[in-house]
Amino acid sequence: MARVLINLPPRAKRGEIIEIKTLIAHPMETGYRLDKTGAAIPRDIISRFVCTYNGDEIFRAELFPAIAANPFIAFFTTATESGELAFIWTGDHGQTQTEVRQITIE
Amino acid sequence: MRAFLLGALALGAAAAEIAPEARRSGYDFAGPETRAMQDDDMANPGMLWVMQGEALWDKKSGAADRSCADCHGDARISMKGAAARYPAFDAALGYPVDLEQRINHCRTERQQAEPLAWESPDLLALTAFVAFQSRGLPVATPVDARLRPFSDVGSELYHRREGQLNLSCGQCHDDNWGKQLAGSPIPQGHPTGYPLYRLEWQSLGSLQRRLRNCMIGVRAEPYEYGAPEAVALELYLMERARGMPIETPAVRP
Repeated sequence: MARVLINLPPRAKRGEIIEIKTLIAHPMETGYRLDKTGAAIPRDIISRFVCTYNGDEIFRAELFPAIAANPFIAFFTTATESGELAFIWTGDHGQTQTEVRQITIE
Repeated sequence: MRAFLLGALALGAAAAEIAPEARRSGYDFAGPETRAMQDDDMANPGMLWVMQGEALWDKKSGAADRSCADCHGDARISMKGAAARYPAFDAALGYPVDLEQRINHCRTERQQAEPLAWESPDLLALTAFVAFQSRGLPVATPVDARLRPFSDVGSELYHRREGQLNLSCGQCHDDNWGKQLAGSPIPQGHPTGYPLYRLEWQSLGSLQRRLRNCMIGVRAEPYEYGAPEAVALELYLMERARGMPIETPAVRP
């Protein structure tokens, strides 16, 4: 499991626009680099990131080899109701990591 | 004649060491985006290593089956200010050791575990976690007579011209800081944020890694990791930065 930092306000007012910041530890190996012996280092990147809010997709990003290691993704959404936000990172070979955070609407 | 004299004076003054009040962290030379990244713990990628280090702190390891926490307890208390005092003199070894070496010494002696490789994720994580406990505290390299000969060696290495470019550290970092080198500002070379996240590395890295980079830059033979020269240079740099706040984990371009 990769290390992840997720920042979102634990509480928000209904209708408030909130910022969500995510950071995940990942090498984002491009596949174009060679190791010391000249052999190609296999590509290993996160290719997709999705955020859902109570099951509804609110943000999606496709990632490519030119994106730096440890991708930082920040975005905004409108706080509508209490519940959970799920963050799903998907790698090249379909492996996923999911993190869930709760939000309370006042 | 007078202009010549003034010019000579200016040159003489430029070669001197940086006055304490004129010292500036590399943070001040970084761009606004890089500074914002360092300032926000949720955007600072160095915090990923601090998190990992926190987990490693409590993990039992080695034949002694002991964790760092078993001896040192809560790092937030026991390690507060520790990194600000390194490199420190080790009486048993008879020479100064830096923070990475101290951690590895603890591993081999107390935990009876294999030492961690230089620049390995685990060593960087533990070092970052320990140094993070000193964030905001001033660099307080001990005033220790036993350290004197080693910091003198460090000073000598700092001021000695090296490599095919025949440059000393001081020629850039004392005499020409604030100017541009191939489009990048030259900082004063204060090691207050290590281990730090360098965007160029796309990773956290140690001060020794940075020193090796500089030496390769002037086309000199870099010191091996953990070489006495490297630690002496670290010691001199920390003394030179005495009183400046620790920033670990810093972010630099």
